[in-house]
Amino acid sequence: MSNILTSSIGKKLMMSLAGLFLVIFLIVHLAINLSLIIADTHEPFNKAAHFMGTNIVIKVMEIILFGGFLLHMFYGVFLQIQNWMARPKRYRKENYSQTSFFSKFMIHTAAIITVFLVIHLLDFYLKAKLFGEVPMAIYDGREYHDLGTLVINKFKIGSVVIFYIVCFMILAFHLLHGFQSAFQSLGLEHKKYTPVIRALGVIYTVFVTAGFMLIPVYIYFWM
Amino acid sequence: MDFTLKIWRQENASAKGRFETYKVTGISSDCSFLEMLDILNQQLIDKFEIPVCFDHDCREGICGACSLYINGRPHGPDSAVTACQLHMRKFKDGDTIIVEPWRARPFPVIKDLVVDRSSFDRIIEAGGYVSINTGGVPDANTIPIPRANAETAMDAAACIGCGACVAACKNASAMLFVAAKVSQFAMLPQGRVEAKERVMRMVAKMDELGFGNCTNTGACEAECPKQISLSHIARLNREYLSARVL
Repeated sequence: MSNILTSSIGKKLMMSLAGLFLVIFLIVHLAINLSLIIADTHEPFNKAAHFMGTNIVIKVMEIILFGGFLLHMFYGVFLQIQNWMARPKRYRKENYSQTSFFSKFMIHTAAIITVFLVIHLLDFYLKAKLFGEVPMAIYDGREYHDLGTLVINKFKIGSVVIFYIVCFMILAFHLLHGFQSAFQSLGLEHKKYTPVIRALGVIYTVFVTAGFMLIPVYIYFWM
Repeated sequence: MDFTLKIWRQENASAKGRFETYKVTGISSDCSFLEMLDILNQQLIDKFEIPVCFDHDCREGICGACSLYINGRPHGPDSAVTACQLHMRKFKDGDTIIVEPWRARPFPVIKDLVVDRSSFDRIIEAGGYVSINTGGVPDANTIPIPRANAETAMDAAACIGCGACVAACKNASAMLFVAAKVSQFAMLPQGRVEAKERVMRMVAKMDELGFGNCTNTGACEAECPKQISLSHIARLNREYLSARVL
């Protein structure tokens, strides 16, 4: 008999747990990003970025985070291939059933988000970690990477701003289905609380993605 | 009413298959979809052609034998009915109607619109029964069962195993079927005894047969002629995970 990691429901368990973990990560990421446009100087943002890059607990979390991403992507692709294989001959006229709209495009939105993720990491994370092409700033006699300046320079380019906004809209589509779907996969369904979870999913999606979209727009027009 | 029908024709399981176009005229709006196919078949027989093969049995919406994918939806455009209870008044005069068999790897086409749904039987054989000795018929009220549980079990037991959930699902997943069959036992004391073994075996069999994985799209629930709810899938997930983890 199959075990929990190879059965269909087990794979979905992994998908949903990794997905919910990434949902929490987005909040942390957004909070730090917002410090860049809320504060007058880049200091809080640069210090937060420095803390995230050097603190030992965060370093461990970073590995778990990459693991979460890889797990979510690996299982997502694996499940999708199995799902395609389950219907080798397709319908001539298909998919006229009443379904949740965004659920039909999870693999497609995921592909775009993956491309975004690679570009995003090349733009900021790897620049600071590997290439060292980052200006430095000095606070209280200590040197920090001035990632704030890097971000602002990036978002002064119109095409970059548009690319980021489009990607976060795609992420919103992904989250609109993913958030509540994760709870269903975990078996957490309840007459009273499921509507609450669905509403929370929409609120979370709107606020988080709007928050991320606000930053490049704000920088482009007002900084 | 007049209709143009594009129907999947396939001589046998290994044949390639193709769509054939037929015209039917003077169909009553009170005709059921299957009766309309009967009229078409009589036309074909009169012309010494081979009639269209399709599954049907009770023709009163309770057996689950009819299995037609009509205009992109299992059992056609009406909701909560099987194809035999779908009436031609649901279509517009002059419509072109595309009729296809269920499409899923575990449901191979046998001929024309008939598919082999014995994969469902394999899943039931894996655990969809009670094998403990529950004795004779007990006196009323000797086994107290909450009313809500009895109702939920009955809702799940309404599943007729037609396969519309698999046909509708973009992943060809059988989760709604398995969820209904697991739920009807999980809600009752007689079923609880073997609940863990049952859910593990039935899910393992479902995976082994090559059904897809559920991505919570809700197409199954929308197309189920017996309106089995997605909450049963959540229960299946719960039952499975607790059986595995606890």
